Amino acid sequence: MDAVLLARLQFAFTLMFHYLFPPITIGLGLLLVVMEGLYLKTRDIQYEAMARFWTRIFAVNFAMGVATGIVMEFQFGTNWATYSRFVGDVFGSALAAEGIFAFFLESGFLAVLVFGWDRVSPGMHFFATVMVALGSIFSALWIVVANSWQQTPAGFHIVGTGAAARAEITDFWAMVFNPSSMERLVHVLLGAFIVGAFVVLSVSAFYLLRGRHLEFARRSVTIALVVAAAASAAEVISGDSQARTLAATQPAKLAAFEGLYTTAPGGTRLTVVGFPDTAAQRVRGEVAIPGLLSFLVYGDWNKPVAGLDRVARADWPPVPLPFQAYHAMVGLGFLFAALMAVALVKRWRGTLFQARWLLWTLVFAVLGPIAANQLGWVAAEVGRQPWVVYGLLRTADATSKSVPAGQVLASLVMFGVIYALLLAVYVFVLNAKILHGPDEAAAPPAATTGEGLLAAAGSLTGHGGESLTSGGEPGGHAERG
Amino acid sequence: MDLHLFWFALLGVLLTGYAILDGFDLGVGIVHLAARRDDERRVLMNAIGPLWDGNEVWLVTFGGALFAAFPRAYAAVFSAFYLPFMALLFALIFRAVSMEFRSKHDSAAWRRFWDAAFCAASTLATFLMGVAVGDSMLGIPIGPGGDYAGGVLDLLRPYALLVGVLAVATFAMHGSIYLYLKTDGELQRRIHGWMWRTFALFLAVYVVVTAVTLAALPGATRNFAELPWAWVVVVLNILAVANIPRAIHKGKPFGAFVSSACTIAALVFLFGVALFPNLIVSSSDPAWSMTIANAASSEKTLGIMRVIAFIGMPFVLAYTSVVYWVFRGKVELGTSSY
Repeated sequence: MDAVLLARLQFAFTLMFHYLFPPITIGLGLLLVVMEGLYLKTRDIQYEAMARFWTRIFAVNFAMGVATGIVMEFQFGTNWATYSRFVGDVFGSALAAEGIFAFFLESGFLAVLVFGWDRVSPGMHFFATVMVALGSIFSALWIVVANSWQQTPAGFHIVGTGAAARAEITDFWAMVFNPSSMERLVHVLLGAFIVGAFVVLSVSAFYLLRGRHLEFARRSVTIALVVAAAASAAEVISGDSQARTLAATQPAKLAAFEGLYTTAPGGTRLTVVGFPDTAAQRVRGEVAIPGLLSFLVYGDWNKPVAGLDRVARADWPPVPLPFQAYHAMVGLGFLFAALMAVALVKRWRGTLFQARWLLWTLVFAVLGPIAANQLGWVAAEVGRQPWVVYGLLRTADATSKSVPAGQVLASLVMFGVIYALLLAVYVFVLNAKILHGPDEAAAPPAATTGEGLLAAAGSLTGHGGESLTSGGEPGGHAERG
Repeated sequence: MDLHLFWFALLGVLLTGYAILDGFDLGVGIVHLAARRDDERRVLMNAIGPLWDGNEVWLVTFGGALFAAFPRAYAAVFSAFYLPFMALLFALIFRAVSMEFRSKHDSAAWRRFWDAAFCAASTLATFLMGVAVGDSMLGIPIGPGGDYAGGVLDLLRPYALLVGVLAVATFAMHGSIYLYLKTDGELQRRIHGWMWRTFALFLAVYVVVTAVTLAALPGATRNFAELPWAWVVVVLNILAVANIPRAIHKGKPFGAFVSSACTIAALVFLFGVALFPNLIVSSSDPAWSMTIANAASSEKTLGIMRVIAFIGMPFVLAYTSVVYWVFRGKVELGTSSY
């Protein structure tokens, strides 16, 4: 195998593995702020128990994110030296800002968030929680800005020629607010909020099904449901606005997403399912809605959307992979929106906690948003090919010339082994934390708590009181825990 | 101040911050197995538990700043040190994982495995960073296009390996002194012995490395002719080293810790003076060396980043101080500990 392909495989593998964790961190961070904010406001110890438990889940993900994140920073230099020289001047200020503003903020206050419960006042602890959540959003900001610059470069000029050519910044704000950065940032953050909320939904639904930590689980579900439903709905709108930008800035990528090999006169169809065949330049087994893509992109049912025939053959991205990844992401996105709508209605009516089929769906539904986040990035990055910086630097020219393929293969195999081990340990530890459940030791004597919880449950759910007794909750978790 | 010089100096500050802060937590990992009992090893890990992650961010920021300010040097160094840096990454990952997971499962074999992994990974990471410093002192074969033109074995030269050993000895000492500050009782009494032993090891390696550097690397001291005040740092370095045993002997461990931190800072400073104005010396042809001028980003980028640094660094120092203040005092194991 050649060195470029190996370097790409290694980058894709390590990045996809890394990206299992940041969305959970960003999404859970937001929920932690909400939960701890509610605790400060109401002084209800149930909210404190929630904040403490979800912080433990958060911490495991954060540690994984840091450990696998350093790999990404190193890899720009180790495997993509030519790329690093090319983008260093532009990318550099974003990366420096990320390090100085975001990483220090996150990691510094994480210590207080995780270890500081008994060392600082609740107000100070809440401040630390907010700072960690903000820090994780800041890191997403700068990374998405840098990546968006690779998609839609702006605010730079090229200095030098051939292998020594590099981009130099001319306008910092034009670089930061390049044509795709803010839309993509919103999309990434909403995607992360959905993942974080689905993680909470999954674990809480599991507790409800097992009849454990019922009050804790009900309140967690309610908060997560609101966040997930709002974010899922907003994500659909965000995706739609991105399609319009894509048509203007990266027509080849849009054509790949939609399997448009040729530009037909009149309105362009929106393909729902199909199998692109680049050799035959058509989509096999296609189910499509006529004119809809034209409408979504231009607001005009009859204006054609450009196909790959308008792009030089050497600049075509591969079509089947971005096409399928994009379609799967969109399909999953609509699925969550629908699932959240159903769950929200049931929650409103007070029947959600009795609907076991729906709770089981929620337990496993978390895999959907995680997959959708990954698929979205696959579509975005493969759809940019053959460029690493769109229109300026080809992926094939961007690697480290001094690193032989054998060394990349060796490190790729090592990453495979180490990450497999890491994943196994992660699942093991997460599982242990979930089975252990929230700590209720900090709660005041059972008599008062039980009453308070029953009353709260009754007022919160309407039907909650009933199931609390029929589910045999009091002491139930203690036996199992 | 000239922007190139500013960024060279700031990289020095970041590297110093990293070496002092992550130095003690790597050092704790290096001496970890000297603690015998399970509860003692837990104390050791929790002595750095809330802090190591923030400390490692100094390395991430150092890497980011090198990438941003001197992309050609970043690209050359990271691709030149491909396999050693991959090994460094694996070590850092293992270290993070071993701390996170060691105490999560109550089994002797499980804990022994992660204890060994923690020690080995901390030692390997420290050693490899030392080797990289040693190689930078020697210079590496960089071609005219800015790409590395050697092999892996060209990096494993005796002097570079020796600097790797110095790094391990230095951090072991630094970490032991830190642990003395964070522990009490029987464990602390034994750590008193670790301080002496690691100091002796450090002193021996330090003397050898200094002698070899002065004898065999004429380039390392050439800047002293133009920078006579750099001799002050040399003197301070010797005083700091000398104050470590004095402070330990007098029962002032905090003084010893400050002295070992100053020793590390002085060593990083002398490393910077030895390199300046180069970032990487090309052993193939001095004309192909990467300097703070020819490897730098544009003036505009360096200027923007200086604004970012001026805004950001006070915050970084402020909340680093806050976190160290919150977690001051002896280690207490609680429900949120490792």
